[in-house]
Amino acid sequence: MRRIYRRIEQIAGNVITLRAEHVSYRELAEVFVRGGQSLAQVIRLEGDRVALQVFSGTRGITTDAEAVFLGHPMQTSFSPALLGRVFTGIGVPRDKGPVITENPIPIGGPSVNPAKRIIPYRMIRTGIPMIDVFNTLVESQKLPIFSVAGEPYNPLLARIALQAEVDIIILGGMGLKYDDYLFFRDTLEEQGALSRSILFIHTAADPTVECLMTPDIALAVAEQFALQGKRVLVLLTDMTNFADALKEIAITMEQVPSNRGYPGDLYSQLAARYEKAVDFDDAGSITILAATTMPGDDVTHPVPDNTGYITEGQFYLRNGHIEPFGSLSRLKQLVNKDTRKDHRTIMNSMIQLYAAYKESQEKRAMGFRMSAWDQSLLKYGARFEKEMMDLNVNIPLEKALDLGWAIMAGCFEPAETGIPTQMIDEFWPVKARGLPAEGLV
Amino acid sequence: MTTKRGTISGINGNLMTVEFEDAVIQNEVAYAVLGDTRLKAEVIRVRGRRADLQVFEDTTGLQVGGTVEFTGQLLSVELAPGLLGQIFDGLQNPLPKLAEQCGFFLKRGTYLPAIPRDRAWAYTPAVKPGAIVRAGDTLGTVPEGIFTHRIMAPFTLAGSWTLEYAAPAGNYTVEQEIARLRPGGYAGQARLRSNSPRGREQETLSVSMLQTWPVKIPIRCYAERLKPGEPLITKIRILDTFFPVARGGTYCIPGPFGAGKTVLQQLTSRHADVDIVIIAACGERAGEVVETLREFPHLTDPRTGRTLMERTIIVCNTSSMPVAAREASVYTGVTLAEYYRQMGLNVLLLADSTSRWAQALREMSGRLEEIPGEEAFPAYLESVIASFYERGGIVRLNDKTFGSVTIGGTVSPAGGNFEEPVTQATLKVVGAFHGLSRDRANARRFPSIHPLESWSKYRSIVPRTELDLARRVLRAGNEVDQMMKVLGEEGTSLADFVIYLKAEYLDAVYLQQDAYHPVDGATSAERQKYVFHYLVGILGTPMKFADKAVARKFFQTLTQITKDWNETPQEAPAFSEIEARLKQMVAEVTDDA
Ligand SMILES: Nc1ncnc2c1ncn2[C@@H]1O[C@H](COP(=O)(O)OP(=O)(O)O)[C@@H](O)[C@H]1O
Ligand SMILES: [Mg+2]
Repeated sequence: MRRIYRRIEQIAGNVITLRAEHVSYRELAEVFVRGGQSLAQVIRLEGDRVALQVFSGTRGITTDAEAVFLGHPMQTSFSPALLGRVFTGIGVPRDKGPVITENPIPIGGPSVNPAKRIIPYRMIRTGIPMIDVFNTLVESQKLPIFSVAGEPYNPLLARIALQAEVDIIILGGMGLKYDDYLFFRDTLEEQGALSRSILFIHTAADPTVECLMTPDIALAVAEQFALQGKRVLVLLTDMTNFADALKEIAITMEQVPSNRGYPGDLYSQLAARYEKAVDFDDAGSITILAATTMPGDDVTHPVPDNTGYITEGQFYLRNGHIEPFGSLSRLKQLVNKDTRKDHRTIMNSMIQLYAAYKESQEKRAMGFRMSAWDQSLLKYGARFEKEMMDLNVNIPLEKALDLGWAIMAGCFEPAETGIPTQMIDEFWPVKARGLPAEGLV
Repeated sequence: MTTKRGTISGINGNLMTVEFEDAVIQNEVAYAVLGDTRLKAEVIRVRGRRADLQVFEDTTGLQVGGTVEFTGQLLSVELAPGLLGQIFDGLQNPLPKLAEQCGFFLKRGTYLPAIPRDRAWAYTPAVKPGAIVRAGDTLGTVPEGIFTHRIMAPFTLAGSWTLEYAAPAGNYTVEQEIARLRPGGYAGQARLRSNSPRGREQETLSVSMLQTWPVKIPIRCYAERLKPGEPLITKIRILDTFFPVARGGTYCIPGPFGAGKTVLQQLTSRHADVDIVIIAACGERAGEVVETLREFPHLTDPRTGRTLMERTIIVCNTSSMPVAAREASVYTGVTLAEYYRQMGLNVLLLADSTSRWAQALREMSGRLEEIPGEEAFPAYLESVIASFYERGGIVRLNDKTFGSVTIGGTVSPAGGNFEEPVTQATLKVVGAFHGLSRDRANARRFPSIHPLESWSKYRSIVPRTELDLARRVLRAGNEVDQMMKVLGEEGTSLADFVIYLKAEYLDAVYLQQDAYHPVDGATSAERQKYVFHYLVGILGTPMKFADKAVARKFFQTLTQITKDWNETPQEAPAFSEIEARLKQMVAEVTDDA
């Protein structure tokens, strides 16, 4: 039964309101707009008044436009044929391939029963010491990169994705610059990874409402692959654009904003997406890496702030490197106990010393005399930044740990590092043994 | 029997507006009928013939004109033996059982009984027929794991009742009758009652081990509430020594994300010296709960030698689970806590995070289009928070035993700024404030509780004088540190510099604690008293150094050896060896003049 309605009472923002009966909450409708048709979704029911969010926007909609209710909520198709393909944010082919409609699955489905989750235990190796040593990434982790626009967060995401040992890469682009979309596509192609990737790309030029669907579609597909035992990596960039799309709808619907115009449920909305990251008992996993740009480099901005409370840590990307402070992998302790015995010691001590270096640096900037201790710290800090923090460094974890000892031994006496004696005895490089104290790389 | 019905007239997110004919009750439970599933909801506002209900599930698919069935019951939990060791969602659905039935995902509209109905418990009656009982009095007991679980007269009883029948000792399931009560305690009262118009309806009352209680109403079957005094040992040094928690007290842990709130709560849930721990994982990460529920069954509780799970209940409504049930979850948690308190046990409720609960209130308030307060939180936020923490306390029960509920809640302030409504409302009502510092967390100084800004109204385990001295050193050290930032090290006197080093030393070896170290991770009260006394001795020792470099070097070495000491079990021979070494070192720099 096709239910067709033609009386649109209100058009505001991307939302139209009409009178209709037997409409379900979140049901989809097709609305005829000038020169074509657009999907729309029910977002409020009030008596016989139905508010619909129109995916392509309301520009050009006439008050007697036809709306046909489809009898189901938003769906996407799940099939192995998705692999290697590029779609828009709502799943329409962007490449020259065929439309895929088989096996429709609902999006934004229910959450995983916590009793069916397992404790993540597999490290994801990236070759980046700031990650592997200091904030180890773990399979099934959800983790955003916080940075200002202009930082190389997309190349970093791509690099991690290509280095990680995962079965499938799904990219959800939101408000992506067209160039960035091409960058991802070409990089995946060049590295021979496109055939195990699926791209859902909403670009900055596409309608805002479609941006709201993109993470849900990407994650719904990821979930199906994970249930089949696949290890899936989902890249979501940029989640701030997603949050801004939420804000736009909330304002149209005249919701009371909670903080800088964002709706009060921003936290729950973001969590509903990020919590799709999972390591299933007896099946595969979903790891989510996201980009969250911080307007004004302000981490207390509602988007990064709410995100930080949801995700399992964050990498701060600033001036082209991952900041040691503020960056955090909350899952690191699940894996760094089993890598190498000195992993945690290096991780903690080097950061504490780096913090002390920062203080010395401040003192120097203020023109104070540098004590011998300050001198050691300054030397240490410079080496740490050059040999560990630089994103061009690409070495395995074990090499990075050795390098850590070498840097410390090149700058300090053992007792100055605060490292427990037992660890010093076992790992402190002895010059006589021929280990160079200066520069290992 | 007719169920009251209503008709859906509007849907906005998880807010459902329903037109009804007969009376409805505020906070009554109702179900929205959707095909062959029924979605649970709660009445939260009534205006004219329309009720607004918060739906505890995703509302996709509901239609205007759909049927709603009202139950006449307030949102309640089941209380009976069999709660311990369980993992519930915010509405007390057992999650492992749901997983058995529905697989990987939560399925809306599936509700299972919290308490297994088929399990039999070894019941021993405690009172004989003819005895007079009141609400909450013990009728009998069953062993539940390591505890003697009291089967109590229903908390809803008014006045005195007479035990007419007491089931003999034996095995009973929770729904079987274990007692019958007759209204009236003695002849006079019974007559009075039977003269009342409702008297005749009050036949005898059949009592089983299972009772239900509305979560938003405190259980008050006790003789009196007392002032919390006795310390609740957490084995976290900075807490027990500097910012103690008392049994029956309340405390909060505000902090920006990543500062260590959850780790602190996880540590407390393991080490706290209480009988029962209830973890309310409210609107935060599912992964964090998974760690607890997977690990606790394999961790031994040193107090009892049994697994930690046997003393734990997890109420878990994580961030992607329905928001309205998140609001219910903290109430579910505290009601379970009160229930075990009624048995004369000490219960600790850990809620992580109360901000998510407040946000759930805010989301609902926004949909109700109430006039918003600060940061769009509802105007009644403060009173809601206050009455939640008021449910903590230590009480003398009617049988003269004592029971307590201690509440510790984390707060997740927007932007890490404590000047926000939830933190401020919480600070007004709690007995201790463990404020986490972003700077300390960045510098890996864990637990990152701020030593100068935090406070506690409860009694510490160490002597006042020692504590005062340590505090003075920390404050003075901080002042010197600030001064050095302006004047540089060269502008600071050697004496001041040593104060700074002493403060840093105390911070490094006592305030900081390696949560993941088997020995350092948990420090008993005895060891804290011993070590603290010793360290205060060092702080109070006048010291002489040639120059600042020598002083720094000395404290670096002292710190390292003291850290080794922290990692040595007290009973190991190395413990006194290191102690002697420290003594020797300090003696060498002591200024005898
Ligand atoms: N006591 C501690 N000891 C060592 N590391 C800690 C401690 N507390 C927190 N951390 C580190 O900080 C991270 C974040 O802590 P968490 O408790 O999850 O923060 P929050 O709940 O405040 O967001 C942890 O994953 C861990 O790496
Ligand atoms: Mg937390």
